Amino acid sequence: MKKPSSQTRVARLPSRPLEFAIESLIRVLGFSAIGFVTLIFIFLLTEGLPAFLQVRPGNLFSTRWYPTFDLYGVLPLISGSALVTITAMLIAFPMGLFTAVFVREVAPNWAREVLKPLIEVLAGIPSVVLGFFGMTMLAPIVREVLGAPTGLTALTGAIILAYMSLPTIISVAEDALDAVPKSYRDASLAMGATRWQTIWRVVVPSARSGILMALMLGMGRAIGETMAVMMVTGNAARMPEGLQAILKPVRTMTATIAAEMGEVAHGSTHYHVLFGIGLILFAITFLINLAVASMMFQKRSRGGLR
Amino acid sequence: MKPRQIAALGVALIFLSALFLAGCGRHPSPSSEVAAQAPVRTIENKGSDTLVNLALAWVEAYTALHPEVRISVTGGGTGTGIAAMINGTVDIANASREMKPEEIAAAKANGITPVEFVVAWDAIAIVVHPANPVNGLTLQQLSDIYTGKITNWREVGGEDRPIVLLSRESNSGTYMYFLEHVVRLGQKNDLLFSPDTLLMPSSEGISAEVRQNRNAIGYDGLGYVTPDMKVLAIARDENSPYVLPSIETVNDGSYPISRPLYMYTPGEPTGQVKEYIEWVLTDGQALVAELGFVPLKNAGGR
Repeated sequence: MKKPSSQTRVARLPSRPLEFAIESLIRVLGFSAIGFVTLIFIFLLTEGLPAFLQVRPGNLFSTRWYPTFDLYGVLPLISGSALVTITAMLIAFPMGLFTAVFVREVAPNWAREVLKPLIEVLAGIPSVVLGFFGMTMLAPIVREVLGAPTGLTALTGAIILAYMSLPTIISVAEDALDAVPKSYRDASLAMGATRWQTIWRVVVPSARSGILMALMLGMGRAIGETMAVMMVTGNAARMPEGLQAILKPVRTMTATIAAEMGEVAHGSTHYHVLFGIGLILFAITFLINLAVASMMFQKRSRGGLR
Repeated sequence: MKPRQIAALGVALIFLSALFLAGCGRHPSPSSEVAAQAPVRTIENKGSDTLVNLALAWVEAYTALHPEVRISVTGGGTGTGIAAMINGTVDIANASREMKPEEIAAAKANGITPVEFVVAWDAIAIVVHPANPVNGLTLQQLSDIYTGKITNWREVGGEDRPIVLLSRESNSGTYMYFLEHVVRLGQKNDLLFSPDTLLMPSSEGISAEVRQNRNAIGYDGLGYVTPDMKVLAIARDENSPYVLPSIETVNDGSYPISRPLYMYTPGEPTGQVKEYIEWVLTDGQALVAELGFVPLKNAGGR
């Protein structure tokens, strides 16, 4: 009893000014994060807005992207990003949801202990490695099995993106399932429902908003991904037309910025248009995040999950 | 509460700036030591990715002969190198195309008159999958393929397969050269690459796709062609002979798709920069062929 009290006294005396300094340092660092985000946003605005003034809207919202010849049609880029992201979500969402249900509801304890860290390791694979894998292994499969002229297609990009957003979707959806009170399951089983009925009629629907949030976060991850997409989608700025567009190359917004920013003359129209694309991308991800945030508020007001 | 918070912020700021100052303070000591030792000057050389391997080989050989000179080489593309020269941050800019008039104007506005040196020649090879039965194309066919007029290999004597077009990214000097001299056939028209063209971010991207895809056609500097790709012979028109790219055919002008590679200096070079460029134009030419480019001496006739 005596020892700890003397220790705390010894520790407390010199720590006061130090503690004060550390506390204030942490406070400044905390505020600086907000400051940096604001600065980045202001920078994006000042560099991106001139694009909308310098380029006529008829040119900017056309379908021809030849920036070296002052043709700045961003529609193929936006639709390319949309096509790849939506396809990726069509693949990743069911897979992620089923995996989450399996890990949370079906798998025995030991399997859960193995699966969860493995899924988190997935998130740590660098995107350039996945891109290289897609370029050399997946692209030939897509070309030969599906008969596409080239393996560098929207579908190849979507598969890689689905793989990349799976860890996000699984862990968020799993958390949502985890937050469903045990009493729901017990009540359902007590009413004579089978395990299958309990999962699909009770547990999953009551975790609905959390599962939607998983989808949105996965989507945000997918739409912002650059390197892997640039390596496997072929980067042809054409408008996707019809269903077979999925087996054709596309060019995404992120890949365009990454590929062209390095060489563009500072302050030129092309430079501003690239920032303008960044602004559009920012707006899209902001809307996705806003949707997620509003869902979280809904969740809280319903008092259900976490 | 409030004054305390302000004080806290102040303390933290002082702490941070102390860290910064400590970081800055370290810099001067080593550089002043070097300056005291010998007047070593670093020549900054930046630009074209096509030229970067050759430039590195030159620097390696040159600094072995002249250990008192330091030259740092970076890639990043022709546009980047020229922009850096205009801003006065590099001594030599490597370029795989001529400077554009607006770039020259920008340099003049900065009080810099760029001086151009042709340092080597480069042939652009047209590559396909080794199993592709097509052996040669005319420039007109090549232009039709890349504008999307010809979309099947059958139309140029090959198998019944769709053509997959591969190109470098639009910021590459090779892209501009290919557009002006092949797609537009050197004329002033507004032909553009077909929107179906796949823009690959690197030479390796083109090689990887050509090696594994029988539908693909791509172009790249002769120095980047590996034996597992098939190089097509090119004819100026239907009545001309089909010629494969090589040092000889570029030198005698029979291979139609070749271009000069440049170095630009801000103003007439002096001192060590001048000595280096003179060496590149004479003894340095011995290295050019080793890297798959075409040396100057023999190409003088063009």
